[in-house]
Order: sequence, then structure tokens, then C-alpha cells
Amino acid sequence: MNMVVCVKRVPDTAESEVHIDASGKDIEKSRLSFGINECDNYAVEEAIQIKERLGGTVTVISLGPKENDEVIRMALAKGGDEAIRLEDEAFDGSDGFAVAKALAAAIKDLEYDIVFTGALADDDGYGVVPAALGELLGVPHATYVKKVEILEDGKRARVGRELEGGLLEFLEIELPCVLGIQTGINEPRYASFKGIKQAAKKEITVKSAADLGLDPSEVGEAGSWAVLEKFTPPVVGEMAEILEGDPEETAAKLAAILKEKGLV
Amino acid sequence: MKDIFVLIEHRRGEMRDVSIEMLCGAAGLGGTVVAVLFGKDVDAFAEKAAGYADKVLYVNDPMFENYNSEAYQKALSALIKEHNPGLVLIGNTAQGIDLAPALAVELGAPLVTDITALEMDSDKPKPTRQFYGGKLDAHMVMKDADLYILTVREATFQAGEPSKSGEIVKVDNPVKEEITYRKFVEYVEPEVGEVDITQSTMLVGVGRGIREDKNLPIVEELAKVLGADLAASRAVVDAGWLPADRQVGISGKTVKPKLYLAVGISGAFQHVTGMKGSEVIVAINKDPDAPIFGIADYGIVDDLFKVVPKLTEKIKELKGL
Repeated sequence: MNMVVCVKRVPDTAESEVHIDASGKDIEKSRLSFGINECDNYAVEEAIQIKERLGGTVTVISLGPKENDEVIRMALAKGGDEAIRLEDEAFDGSDGFAVAKALAAAIKDLEYDIVFTGALADDDGYGVVPAALGELLGVPHATYVKKVEILEDGKRARVGRELEGGLLEFLEIELPCVLGIQTGINEPRYASFKGIKQAAKKEITVKSAADLGLDPSEVGEAGSWAVLEKFTPPVVGEMAEILEGDPEETAAKLAAILKEKGLV
Repeated sequence: MKDIFVLIEHRRGEMRDVSIEMLCGAAGLGGTVVAVLFGKDVDAFAEKAAGYADKVLYVNDPMFENYNSEAYQKALSALIKEHNPGLVLIGNTAQGIDLAPALAVELGAPLVTDITALEMDSDKPKPTRQFYGGKLDAHMVMKDADLYILTVREATFQAGEPSKSGEIVKVDNPVKEEITYRKFVEYVEPEVGEVDITQSTMLVGVGRGIREDKNLPIVEELAKVLGADLAASRAVVDAGWLPADRQVGISGKTVKPKLYLAVGISGAFQHVTGMKGSEVIVAINKDPDAPIFGIADYGIVDDLFKVVPKLTEKIKELKGL
């Protein structure tokens, strides 16, 4: 099996405050830590596990600046073979569609059986790439994938998709295909020290829009379906009554409220 | 305004709520609302949709017994080419997000996914969606086009009562060729565990903020003194710290306990969807901007590792334990 894994570097905002910057179109990122998009981490693991079972190669692709090399090298350290980074100012402001176009241009000339992506990005949450990429490459796709089994003939895969309520939908899909991986499909490994050392020496091929045969009008904001006009803080309903004080006080206040409501 | 197509979603003999919500939302946008339905023996769904639409276009064919992106994409794009709508609404569901991007690429139609609000600027949609797990609203401007596609988050529009009696038009399956690339095999139900959290009267929900599984005893102790069961957000289940049957949210269980105490849960909509019906919601989270505080009744903005042990202590005192 020859596999391609698309990885994105994103800020970790799950546990951090997010502030809109002066442009109104981005967030202040200086105090945020960055890492691999969560779903993509599972996608990397899935590709490497399949390679370990059936042999083949894993090519890691990421769109973004030099800082993305850190995420790419981590995937190489876990067992990736080759890496391509797509970097060009023309890619700035890309939505999911424009990202998919750049990825498709980079992937179309590779030999692959499966392209793995994350099902969803932690930052923009578009979820567009798996299905759009499949269509652009002219191969079938499935997203929200929580189970992958390559069938014996090596030409099809049995794939489980996660539906609402935890229900799984199993389908058979022809290879080559694009699979959007959902979190929880496997247990992502940590890279070994040896792997990290080896990955540090590997070459990462950098390609521009022109290298991919893409006109700047096809990618970035110009090639996107939609552009961000501005961010605003979310409209929330009535905010919770916030209990003030040190932990001793807030815990006592909350315990009293629970008692008053007959919950204790 | 040209026609608005709304794709009706159904699974295992049930029409999904998002379908009616989208029909009701589309009714306010100024065009003719056309419900589009593919299925096997779905006359009853066509009747139901007609109560909310100006017109229903539907296909009965075994090809659509279960969702398949290949069959759906071919059929929907054929009907779109024939009827030339200006806007297509699809649920931002496991089905919709598997279908809409490929359809949009095929038709060359701009798509915005997972919208949470919609305004129209004459015939052009100006959708709002969320970034960073619900921490910011993003106002989007779509490229000019003849056809726009949006995937709509559940509960974006409110489902009303049926007030129309749309014309029902049964159409032949526009897909003549065989479906070859993707074949539906089966549904597999989630496993049933020891505790059924949908029946619990009190739940302590634990999220990413717990950081490591070795910290779980802090919340287990709180749940124990409260007489509550433990529930979890997706992150905790994915990490394998609690079993999948404890997961609350879109891809987990929907719970309605008397008390839901959310500990270290940011409140991404996927989780909130599963627990917002709880009677009393309390959130403990160190991030004051966490979306969970927007739906909680009471909140403590502080480090859970400091607050939870104190809370356990106070409840023990109250109970005389």
C-alpha cells in the first residue's frame, strides 16, 4: 500500500483564551502553542499501522510555512518515508477548497492507494478536504472514518464511518481512495528518539504554486469558495452565573446552591 | 430568487430533525422551497416534507435505501442541473459533510460548511460559522456564483409546525448507471456498557482539562460523594481514559440528568448538543471564554484541580460524610 497523509499545523486553542487581532480576521497567536491537527495525528498513525501490516510507503504532505516542518518531521519520525511541503504566499487565506486544490495538485502525480486526511481541522473546522480532494483526484472518498480494513484483494477497503449517536456505517470502497480520519480510530504512538534523529536528516521537498502548475488565481483567497470578512466573539445566550472567590469560597457557594436545589 | 433545494436526510426509517429545520429556515429566504428526497419507499417522508415545502421532488429507488455518497451525488447533481436552483441546503451531518464538498467541486458551486446563521444579501448568502471549536464566530463572504451550497449545523434554524401543502412530484431515478465505487455494507450499533448514562439523574462530565488519566480519581471522588455517574467528552474517550459508552455528544449519548457538572469541558457544540437538555448545568473551567459558560446555569472560572477537591469536601460536609 502506498499512502499519502495530509497534515496541518494548528494552534492549540482548546484550553486557551482566543483573542481577535487588530485586523479582525485572525487571532493573536504569539502566546499559543502549535502542533499537529488532532484528527491528522490519528491519520498518520493509521497510515503507519497499515504500512507495518502490508508494507509500502507513507508520504507526508503539509501546506504552510517552514514552521510546519516540525509537524512533518514528527510524522516522519513515526514511520513516514518522504515529505512534501507546499509553501507559497499565493496559498494565504485558503479555505478548505483552495487547500484541497493545492493538495490535489501535489498528490495527482504520486503513486498512491490511499490518501489519508483528518476529517476536520481544529482551527477552521471546515471538514471540506476529504470529499473535495476525492472529487478533485477523481477517486472515491469517505469521511468521519473510524475503522479501516484493507480487503484481501488489495483493491478495496472495508471502512467504518462514525454517524451521529455513535452508530457506525460500514461500506466497501474501491482503491485508490481518500479517507478522512476521525479521532479515536487508533492510539497514536509517540515518536522514538531514534526515529526523531533519523527524521531530522530527511529532506523535505518544498513546492510552490508554480511548481504544482497552479495559477495564483486558483488558490489562496482568490481560489476559495468564501473568504472571512471578520471574526466576532460568539453570541452566547444568557451567561452562567459566575461564582466569585477563591476555590474554598466558590466550592462552598456551589455546594450551597446544589443543596438549595435539592441535588445534594 | 431562484429555487432553494433542501436535501431531506433520513436514516433507518426516520427522517432527521435537521431536514425540517432547514425547510423552515429556507422558508424565510424568499425563494420557492423545494424538498429533495432520495430513498426506497419514502412516500411518507415526501408527505411530511410537503407540510413545510412549496414542492417536493422525490425518487423511490433501492439505490437509495441507505446513504451512499456516490449515488447521492449523481442523483442530486442531476436534479440540480435540471432544475437550476440558486441555493442548496444540506445538513452538516456525517452524511452531509461526506457529500457536499464533492458535489460542490463537481458543480463548481461555492460551499460554506457548518453554518450557524444565515443572512441573504439579495440572492447571495452571507453565512456565519464558527472557528476554534466555537470560540469565535466567522462571518463569511462567498464568491459570486449562480448556485451556492451550504451545509447547516443542526438547530441553526428552528423547526416550526407544518403550514404548507407543497406539490409532491415523484421523479424517475436520474442515475441510470450502476454504483460501483462505494457499496453500503451494514450499520453497527455502539457497544453497551455497565452504566447507561442516559438514565443517570446526576452526571459529572469530564473533559480535556483533566489532562491525564491519573487525574481521574479527583472527579471520580466528586461523582461518588454526589451519587453521580461519570460522563466524558470526546477527547477523554478518544484517549481511552473512559469507555465509549460514557461519551456525551453528537457522536455519543444524549443525556438529560437533573444535574450535569461539566469539569474541564470547553463546550464545543458536538458535546453541548448531547447535554444541553440537562436541568441544571454547572461548569468548572479555567478559560472564562469557554463556550460551556454560555449554556451553564452556574460557573466557576478557576483551575479544576483546586476547585474540585474543595467541592468534594464541601459536599461531604453537607452530607455528613
